[in-house]
Amino acid sequence: MDLQNAWNVARKDFKIYRRKPSVIYATVAMPLIVGVVFPLIVDYSMSRGAKSLTAAAAPGLMDSFSIWFIIAAAIIPTAIASYSLVGEKIQRSLEPMLATPMSDGDILLGKTLSALLLPLGALYTGSVSFMVLLDTFTHGLLGYNYYPNWHIAAILFAAPFAALLSVEVNVIISARMTDVRSAQQSGALLMLPFVGVFLASELGFFELNDTNLVILAGVLAAVSVAMFFVAKAAFQREEILTRWK
Amino acid sequence: MIDTENLTKNFGNVRAVDSVTLHVDGGEVFGFLGPNGAGKTTTVRMLACLVGKSSGSARIGEYEIANKEDQPKIRRMIGLLTENVGLYEELSAYDNLDFYGRFYKLAEQKRRERIEYLLKLLELWDKRDVAAGTFSKGMKQKLAIARALIHDPEVLFLDEPTANLDPEASKTVRDFIVELKKEKRTIFLNTHLLDEAERVCDRVAILKTRLISIGSPQELRHSLSGRRVKVQLQHVDDSMVAAVKKMGYQLGEVTANSIVVSLKDPENENPAILRSIQSAGGRVVFVTEVGPSLEDVYLKLVRGE
Ligand SMILES: Nc1ncnc2c1ncn2[C@@H]1O[C@H](COP(=O)(O)OP(=O)(O)OP(=O)(O)O)[C@@H](O)[C@H]1O
Ligand SMILES: [Mg+2]
Repeated sequence: MDLQNAWNVARKDFKIYRRKPSVIYATVAMPLIVGVVFPLIVDYSMSRGAKSLTAAAAPGLMDSFSIWFIIAAAIIPTAIASYSLVGEKIQRSLEPMLATPMSDGDILLGKTLSALLLPLGALYTGSVSFMVLLDTFTHGLLGYNYYPNWHIAAILFAAPFAALLSVEVNVIISARMTDVRSAQQSGALLMLPFVGVFLASELGFFELNDTNLVILAGVLAAVSVAMFFVAKAAFQREEILTRWK
Repeated sequence: MIDTENLTKNFGNVRAVDSVTLHVDGGEVFGFLGPNGAGKTTTVRMLACLVGKSSGSARIGEYEIANKEDQPKIRRMIGLLTENVGLYEELSAYDNLDFYGRFYKLAEQKRRERIEYLLKLLELWDKRDVAAGTFSKGMKQKLAIARALIHDPEVLFLDEPTANLDPEASKTVRDFIVELKKEKRTIFLNTHLLDEAERVCDRVAILKTRLISIGSPQELRHSLSGRRVKVQLQHVDDSMVAAVKKMGYQLGEVTANSIVVSLKDPENENPAILRSIQSAGGRVVFVTEVGPSLEDVYLKLVRGE
């Protein structure tokens, strides 16, 4: 693998995204909701008189909101990854790129970086805002700063693996799709298992405590490594040119 | 520079290219001519190491297309103008070239000079900062050619460089290919336009899954039916026709004032023919060589398969 080549591919993609506001919106919308709107909801629920959020209930609410960083990590790269691969396919720009000396792996790595970096940047920025706002809002109620803590640390550790998994699934899906929208829709299905885990924990089937979150991160890491090989198999020069329709 | 031996490609049950054996010299402009679906693109893709061969072998320079270690070296020494331009429409002309230049590890300064040189050569320098998506087809094609040349490759593959272009844009591109020829680059030109092949190529191969024929445009033309000479006369009468026939020549079309004679070697045979026509009372106005055009040869070969 040649990092310079991979970075060149990613850099080129960033230049293109700059001219595609829809890609930017799709990337920042969810981190903005989780990082700003969720804290505002918490703030609002503390000011409802008798029905106000209690100091005992606040941590649970904040923890379940913060899980959304993982769900968002699984969803957001879909917009970019499918755009960047199906987009190249539609523009027929993969063949000239494949005719350069760089390897298939360089291209795949570049595409992965370009689909990963913006969403992760947005997510981590959102998480800072999430922590700062919630600490500001709940300090009075709790008497201490809830964040940072191990719970969110585990979540932010798991998020990149969820995002990586999402990119890989998108590479595999994009190989078989010819329009961006259906690729995005299929890619978005990846969020279902994450939402499932979230709902199961909300319904009390199990608790998403720090230990379980670390296990989740471990599972995600293992699955994303396995998927890397599947994605790499789908991303072969000859396959791309002759079977990617 | 390019050598293939029984190069073959199957897609499932479809044989796209069948046992192609050819040799292209360094510095030669080689035309690869064939109808739609003949296997031109597939051949070029095999030579550019983009798709694997099914059997046979091929070499570019001293590198073997099937050898994993040679493949990046081959890609470094070739430039490929793909069938579809495949430019990044959102990026400027300059950025499109810069993106490709980086894969060949051209140093910053060198890359900048090369891009400027190519864009100026192709008269796109004024548009360097304009998004390629706004370009006309001809401009896009020129930009794609510049992309294929960014690393100054020894071997250039052009897959139908004038397809979909209007006559004027075609001419610009064709003139440019003729320019490139002066740089002693090996050029492998896919085309289904005979006229184009004839104008720019040193040698031509006709492909229809299998190689049907190979040679210079002239050789191909002559190989088929020998040559033909049209003798224009003030008027034609039977005695003149009889005189030529008596010499053993086959006659083509005979009109009130012209006779077409089939022959092998006009340079040496014409004087005798003219003498016999004159002695039969014919007054020669002028003598020209007529077809068959390369098109006749091509159609005959392609249909004759
Ligand atoms: N990926 C593929 N899968 C199956 N068959 C293919 C594939 N690519 C090409 N073919 C078949 O191989 C044959 C040769 O195709 P190719 O594109 O090489 O022809 P061509 O000479 O470039 O034609 P054109 O002038 O239309 O560009 C055709 O019959 C085509 O249908
Ligand atoms: Mg073709």
